[in-house]
Order: sequence, then structure tokens, then C-alpha cells
Amino acid sequence: MRAATGRVRRRLPVAVRSLLRSPTGTIGVVLVTLFVLAALFAPQIAPFDPNATNLRARQVPPAWVAGGGTQNLLGTDQLGRDILSRLIFGTRVALIVGLGGVMLTSLVGVTLGLLAGYFRGRTDAIISRSIDTLLSIPNVLLYLVALGVFGPSLAMLIIVIGLVNWTTFARVVRGEVIAVREREFVDAARSNGARSARVIFKHVLPSVSGPIMVVGTLNVATIIILEASLSFLGFGVQAPTVTWGRMLADGRDYLATAWWLATFPGITITLLGLGLLFLGDWLRDLLDPRLRGR
Amino acid sequence: MVPILLGVVTIIFVLLRLSGDPVRLYLPEDATHQQIAQVRSSLGLDRPIYVQYGIYIARLVKGDLGESIRYRNQDVAAIVMERLPATLELAGASLLVAILISLPLGTLAALNRNRLPDLLSSAVAMLGRAMPNFWVGIMLILFFGIRLEWFPVSGRNGIGSLVLPALTLGASMAALLMRLVRSGMLEVMSQDYVRTAKAKGLPWRTVVVKHGLRNALISYVTVLGLEVAGLMAGAVITEQVFAWPGIGRLAIQAISSLDMSIVQAVVILASVVVMVANLVVDLMYALIDPRVRYA
Repeated sequence: MRAATGRVRRRLPVAVRSLLRSPTGTIGVVLVTLFVLAALFAPQIAPFDPNATNLRARQVPPAWVAGGGTQNLLGTDQLGRDILSRLIFGTRVALIVGLGGVMLTSLVGVTLGLLAGYFRGRTDAIISRSIDTLLSIPNVLLYLVALGVFGPSLAMLIIVIGLVNWTTFARVVRGEVIAVREREFVDAARSNGARSARVIFKHVLPSVSGPIMVVGTLNVATIIILEASLSFLGFGVQAPTVTWGRMLADGRDYLATAWWLATFPGITITLLGLGLLFLGDWLRDLLDPRLRGR
Repeated sequence: MVPILLGVVTIIFVLLRLSGDPVRLYLPEDATHQQIAQVRSSLGLDRPIYVQYGIYIARLVKGDLGESIRYRNQDVAAIVMERLPATLELAGASLLVAILISLPLGTLAALNRNRLPDLLSSAVAMLGRAMPNFWVGIMLILFFGIRLEWFPVSGRNGIGSLVLPALTLGASMAALLMRLVRSGMLEVMSQDYVRTAKAKGLPWRTVVVKHGLRNALISYVTVLGLEVAGLMAGAVITEQVFAWPGIGRLAIQAISSLDMSIVQAVVILASVVVMVANLVVDLMYALIDPRVRYA
């Protein structure tokens, strides 16, 4: 136990120093932190109730455009709801689905990847064929069918993403495990009589945790964009919960009269996406210097 | 290919049969038990699920995709096939856009490593990964459709209406492919045979295109094939943004009304397109890489 905390303490400054050397990594950490804070403290930060309509202030442009007021910094939508407040509250669904989705995805993907890579043979064949099958179906169709069938809700969204999206994790982990299982320390554990479960969890899993973290971080960005796409198509979390995707769908209908409806949610998603990608790239450099610059 | 296709069919079959009772959607609220039972048995929904599965597979093998509950008395295959050309047109044009952007820009980035063109291209690629693709489409509509009125904003009506959807879908692929061309070119351009080609005084263009690009293309074509699945998935969303009348839009309508036969047909067809694309890629290796041809 003490050894473990000691290791963390020695490692932390390395991470901080590496972060300071990487401008994009710093930007990533800052952006992601801001979004997490926005999600946590949405009711305190948001100037208005995200669902409060004001029919006398419909389609008010942003503050810096002629006709805009200082009350609604980013303007209002077709029902007079404050865009900024809706964006802040929308952060919640995006992050919950992003984090929940990536946790379930990695649970499924890492487990199957470990099994396939460690046992090889028939287990590997079955899991690899399943991956091939899932990859040959355009994934959006699978999500849509599943959500159409089971009904779109926050929980269902996360479950469906977890069950479809795991292939990336499984492939990466399988590849890493195949390389690791031939190493001496795994052989040593095995010849000491350790059971498979122990070898996998005590020896193999820790040595493939770096790639898992990198893939995980980058995957959060993918899932958040996916969630926005599904909401845009009408298969995301339903109203009155605010989602960026549905804000974009509304905005698509009012493009000719109110450009800001569709513009700001897109910029918001892009910023969060950039933050996560920067964070992921920095983590990769930190945890796996072999991959630097790829 | 056949086992994968069987897997695809099975996944969709199980998913759709878990959906509960599609019959109720197509009968009035006050339908009698007798009416419900009648419709159900006419659709074969009263048999055990493994029997339904067996019947379904047997029919599929004969080319019978079942009957749409919404488009009654119309052939499901015909309905889907009628929409397929629009999707293939969109996908093909997008692929072309992606290639036309990624090949020159990726090469340019590699030849100017760590200088402005390279940094710009990597910034654009990063943005391309972070931006939701359908939002790019919406912004294209806003600027080129509504502000400048250069192109129509929706529907499929002549070549002009193809420009914005193809740009949208193509740009998403181009970001990834551009980086791939860059890293491929960097690797190839440091090879001995490229140095030899330069040393013997070949024109710069010949060295870059014949010795460089052609060898860098091998991994490029692989990824191009893998990306076709992503392209079809992207088409579903892009079709919705631009009201493009392809199979993606058809699928979304069918999913909303739980019209299972149509959904199954679209998913199977989309997967077949992906598999055929991968087959084509395998064949293209022979064209690009003589080592495959002679092996």
C-alpha cells in the first residue's frame, strides 16, 4: 500500500512537468476542466432556466449583433429560451453519456480483448469474428435500430453505445495482450502456478492500462459527437432534458432567420472535442513515448 | 463474407424481435383480439422465434426480404433498391472529395515537414476530428446555401445539389486520410530508392509521384476500404441534414415506424456495400503493388 502511494507521488510531478511542456496538453486540461465545472455547477452558472420560454424575446440575436441585448449573451432560440443557459445545461448530458459510455464500452471491450488475446484459439476466433461483423454494419444504423426498438433514454443510450462501440478497445487490448503474454514476467507468473484469472488481472491488465487510458480519452470525444448526432436525428435523450444535438436540429430549421441557433452548439461540441483530443494526445505521449508524433 | 453476413442478419433479427409488438402500431387502438391475432399470424409473428428466424433465413436465401407493413403490397427489395443509387452517388462523390483533398494536401504536408503547410494541415485535421460532421454540413448550408445562394440547401436535384452533401461527408474522411498520406510519404521519402531516384537526376515530380506517392498509397488504400463503413454511417446523417433521398433517410423513417422489413433490408444492403468495398480494395492492391500480383 505504502509502495503504491509512493509510486504515485513520484509519478505526479513527471505528469505535471510534461503537461507544462505541452501547450496543447495544457489547453486540453483547461478546456475539459471548464466543461466539467459547467456541468457540475450548471444551475449556479447559467443566467436563466434553460427551459424558460419567453415568447416576447424570440430569436434575439447574440449581444454583439445589431438587435441583440446584453441579457442574452448568445441570443435566444425560437421559443425565447436563453442559448447560453441551454449550452451550459447541455454539458451535463454530453459528459454523462461520454463518461458512462466510455466506462461501459471499456468494460466490455477490455474484457473481450483480454480474453481473445490471452486465450487465443477458439475464444479469439469467436470474438474477432464478432468484431468483423459489427464493423461491417455502418454503426449509426445499429444505434438507431437499437434506440428505435428500446426507446431513447439516457440509460439506454449508454447501454447501446457500450454494446456497439467496444470494438476499438477490444482490438487495441487484444493486440497489446498478444505482445505482453509472451514476456518473461507473464511466463514466470504462469510457471509459479498462478491461475489464468490471476495472471490476467495481476500481470497482463496492468501492463496494458496505458493504451486503455489513451483510447478511452479519445473515445469520450467520439461518443460525445455520436450522442450529438443521435440527438440531432431525434434518437437521443428526450425533452425537456437539454441536449446539444437537439439544439442543432432546431437550429437547422431556423438557419435562414437565426444563424446563431445552430452555430453555437456546434462550436461548443468542437471545443469539448478538441479539449479531449488534446488531452488524449498528451496522455499518449506521457504513457507511451513509442507512439509520439503519430 | 457469408459468415459475416449471417452475423449481420442475426444481430438485426434479434434486435428487431426484441422490440415487442409491431402489430399494434398498424392497427387501430380498439382492434379486437381476433384482428390482432389475424395480422400476427399473417405476418408469421405467432410462431416461436427460432422458427421465425429459420423462415426468415430461408426466405432471404431465395431473395425474399419480406413485406413492408407501411408500403403494403410493394416489394421491399424494390423500395430499397430505388433509394440505393442516391446513397451510392453521395458516397462516391464524397470519396472523390476526400481523395482530392487528402492526396495533394497530405503530400504537401509531408514535403514541408514542420513548416507552415504541415502545421496548417495538422491543425485542420485536428479540427476535423473534433467537429461533428453534420454540423459542418449545417454551416455549409448557412454560408453557401443561404448567404451566398450558390447551391441548393436540400433535396436531390441535379449536380448542384450534390456539392454540399459531398463536401460535408468527404471533409470528414479527408481529415484522417490527409494525415495518413503525410505519414506514409514521410516514411517512403526517406527510403534508399527515393534517394537513388533523386541522385540519378530524375525530375522532382517523377520522384514524388512515381517513387513516393505510389508506394505511400498502399496503406492509404487499406484505410480507404476500412472507411467505407464510416462513409455509409456518415451518409445516414448527411442524408438527414440535406434531405437527400437515399437509404439512410429511408432507414430513419422505417426505424421510427418500426417497419422491420425495410430496416433489415437497408442494414443488410449497407453491410453488403461495405463488404464489397473491402473486396474491391483487396483487388486494388494488385494494381498498386506488383508484389501482390506476382506472388
